[in-house]
Amino acid sequence: MANYNYKPEDFKSNQQVKWCAGCGDHAVLNSVQRALPEIAEKLDIPREKFVFISGIGCSSRFIYYMNTYAFHTIHGRAIAVATGVKSGNPDLSVWVCTGDGDSLAIGGNHFIHALRRNIDLNVILFNNEIYGLTKGQYSPTSKYGLVTKTSPYGTIEQPFNPGELTIGAKGTFFARTVDAEVMLTKDILVEAAQHRGTSVVEALVNCMIFNNKTHANFAADKATRAEHTILLRHGEKMLFGANKDKGLVLDGLKLKVVTIGEDGYTLDDILTHDATTEDTTLHTMLAAMKYPEYPVALGVIRNTPSPFVYDQSLVCQQQSVKESSKIQSVDDLLNSGEVFEIG
Amino acid sequence: MEQKTSLLKDVVIRFSGDSGDGMQLTGTLFSETLALGGNVISTFPDYPAEIRAPQGTVAGVSGFQVHFGSVGVNHPGDLCDVLVAMNPAALKANVRFIKPDATIIVDADSVTADNLAKASFQTSDPISELNLEGRNIIFARITTMTREALADVELDIKSKTKCKNMFALGICLYITERDTAHAHEYINNKFGKKNPTVAAANNSVIEAGYNYAANNHLNHSSYAVEPAGLPKGRYRTLNGNVATAWGLIAASHAAGLKLFCGSYPITPATVILEELAKHKSLGVTTVQAEDEIAGICTAIGAAFAGRLAVTTTSGPGLSLKSEALGLAVMAELPLVVVDVQRGGPSTGLPTKTEQSDLMQALYGRNGESPVVVMAATSPGDCFYSAFMAAKIAVERMVPVVLLTDGFIANSSEAWAIPQFSDMAKICPPFATADNTPFMPYQRDDQTLARKWATPGMAGLEHRVGGLEKDCATGNISYDPANHQRMVDLRKAKIDAVADIIPEQDVVGASDAQTLVIGWGGTQGHIRSAVEQLVDEGASVAHCHIKYLNPLPKNLDQIFARYKKLIVCELNSGQLATYLQGQFPQYTFLGMGKVQGQPFTIAELVEFIKTQI
Repeated sequence: MANYNYKPEDFKSNQQVKWCAGCGDHAVLNSVQRALPEIAEKLDIPREKFVFISGIGCSSRFIYYMNTYAFHTIHGRAIAVATGVKSGNPDLSVWVCTGDGDSLAIGGNHFIHALRRNIDLNVILFNNEIYGLTKGQYSPTSKYGLVTKTSPYGTIEQPFNPGELTIGAKGTFFARTVDAEVMLTKDILVEAAQHRGTSVVEALVNCMIFNNKTHANFAADKATRAEHTILLRHGEKMLFGANKDKGLVLDGLKLKVVTIGEDGYTLDDILTHDATTEDTTLHTMLAAMKYPEYPVALGVIRNTPSPFVYDQSLVCQQQSVKESSKIQSVDDLLNSGEVFEIG
Repeated sequence: MEQKTSLLKDVVIRFSGDSGDGMQLTGTLFSETLALGGNVISTFPDYPAEIRAPQGTVAGVSGFQVHFGSVGVNHPGDLCDVLVAMNPAALKANVRFIKPDATIIVDADSVTADNLAKASFQTSDPISELNLEGRNIIFARITTMTREALADVELDIKSKTKCKNMFALGICLYITERDTAHAHEYINNKFGKKNPTVAAANNSVIEAGYNYAANNHLNHSSYAVEPAGLPKGRYRTLNGNVATAWGLIAASHAAGLKLFCGSYPITPATVILEELAKHKSLGVTTVQAEDEIAGICTAIGAAFAGRLAVTTTSGPGLSLKSEALGLAVMAELPLVVVDVQRGGPSTGLPTKTEQSDLMQALYGRNGESPVVVMAATSPGDCFYSAFMAAKIAVERMVPVVLLTDGFIANSSEAWAIPQFSDMAKICPPFATADNTPFMPYQRDDQTLARKWATPGMAGLEHRVGGLEKDCATGNISYDPANHQRMVDLRKAKIDAVADIIPEQDVVGASDAQTLVIGWGGTQGHIRSAVEQLVDEGASVAHCHIKYLNPLPKNLDQIFARYKKLIVCELNSGQLATYLQGQFPQYTFLGMGKVQGQPFTIAELVEFIKTQI
């Protein structure tokens, strides 16, 4: 444990926060500023080694509110820029703030390739299922049929589920939270920071103006969340409901919601969450659960240790080549291979 | 060795055969021997875009041309004095590159009905079909003689036949009055340990070819040239892409920065990424990005993190990088973008050369978005241009676009090896701990460069981005006057680079009336054409521009001295249009060529003559 004793205030910049009142992004900012002092202690990272990178969109303004090194880049490219920051200096703790449009539409390519490389970035994906900054067009996560300015008769596109996409692209860490659960978000961010490899944290945020209550059916308030979400914790039973009397079991190859004490189900029948297993089957099913058939999964769904971490491999390879190479200086390079003397 | 004929000033030899015939190796080995003997060389490989085009066809022909001489060899030559054709297709593919008095050495064994058909000959006599009767044609049974030379060697017939390129090399070494020592040394180094039998076989065949030429008195067509009298020193051959990579590595060491290259493979620029990827021992990090945009974006991220950041590409890739290049302009981060130009638009002619990205480099971004633009002038100059591009980028906190082209990227020349200790230092304008509170957009009075604070420097935490910045704090600013000021500052910062670039020089007749202006990779061709015209008594001079934005300060004074200004370039007049805009008081005549090929000296001379 280091001894920085940072407070959340230490990570607040002097810039006025300009999101709309009631926007879910405020809560996530709060969670991040609470998480960083804890991460600094746990991983021994001084403030100057935190770097926040964002793309374009409401959520990408996030970085201006952080008192760290930060870079507000261009639409869709946050992950690509962050990949350069991390591979340029693997010693840094690199965070990406991005939205559903920024990372899954225009930046979709960089998103999947970061996951494939498993480079150690922490990606906070603000999912409000709408384009906010351009004032209300459907996004790649908008529900089918959503009426927006560019879909006046309803969208005719299937949405992405960021969890399925992450796991399908070889992602090793996926977690989901909702804006209102400030402490849950904080805990998840601390876990994401500790994971070596790309961590994707999907924050379900509400856009009051253009897509109000898009997550409300299952996330509107504590009581609703208790009944319609399930908080997954590694090593614990998959239970939910205000009385923790509902749970998930496997029925053939499908998940099934059961009530303990009904239809002969007991606590022993309920699945235990293993976030660390390499197998993607159950993680994918958990990430894909949709209201109202299922509770929406929150918490760390997947956190798999992997020997393939891009920035670590990069450093190892550089060291081993440096040790074995005959070329140790610019002069060695210029005089390597066929050289001849005249005179 | 018997001295046979008078020495020539320069000679062009072209090796040509099937893609699998080893022509690139033969050409390289031959060129190195010439360079070792003190000749100036310029080489150009000309191979098909297809990796394995059908054997025996014209599409599958791979060529390697070398121009060597005593002085003034700065291009690979228009037409060849000697053509080595390993099959009928090679003969057909090269018919337009042969001088009227050329010697053509043909592998007689290859002239079979089957090969003639594959190369679409109508008759059994390729020489008369191609109207080559006046040439000095030598039909040598190269394949047969190669196999015979290896009769006692324990190798299968296919492996023996593969040595036939060395037979051709032996012939060429004889007719240019070179010895075979370097070729043997190379073969021994390459195969000696791994496969001594193959090494011995190749060595025997080189001698067999050499002896064949001697015994058959091929000295009637001797192509010896006198040594160039190059200054004493250490030399090597180097192509433009490798030179670019090495220049960037040298710059990173001169700056004390680690080099980072984020790139996506694209012809003809890929070799730069490949070369950089080899040199992790020199602190180089390469990321093969998922696309061109990620290439430049990773580089921008690395620049933010304090690295010497580079992205390499060709024309279509530069188009994809445009928006991100604007971000580097706005964030005022050092970045080198190398564009190895190729034929366009769109996919165009990927393996062929052109200079048609000048306007894209100068103006191809949204908004008022000036960058430094420069162009390398020869394969060896790619090293120094890449070094200078990095120096300007880092010291001035600006993106620099370095234009090279497919021709100089693939060509090579004998290059005097510099010492790293003789190279300039590069001084990054790092912020220091006392720069608090840190104002990211405060500038140096002279250079207008902002300070570079990189993650890890405590107390200098700050935010940058693509939105317009307040001119000091870097906070987002929509203030109209601030925007005007920042636009003006970004331009003034680029203009200030003119203070550190060399003055423009002019070569040619001192009292010349006509100035021939070129830029980038055409320097060798234009220089040769102008020298020829000066020799003929014409009143011309040559001005070759390397720094395109900003332009050298003394250009106006130079232009004022001439009655006629002719701009020769491999596009439809981009530099001419640019100069006309910068210097409306003069008239610029344009000569553009857009055929995917370098200029020929003959066409340059002819055009310039019509103008003077």
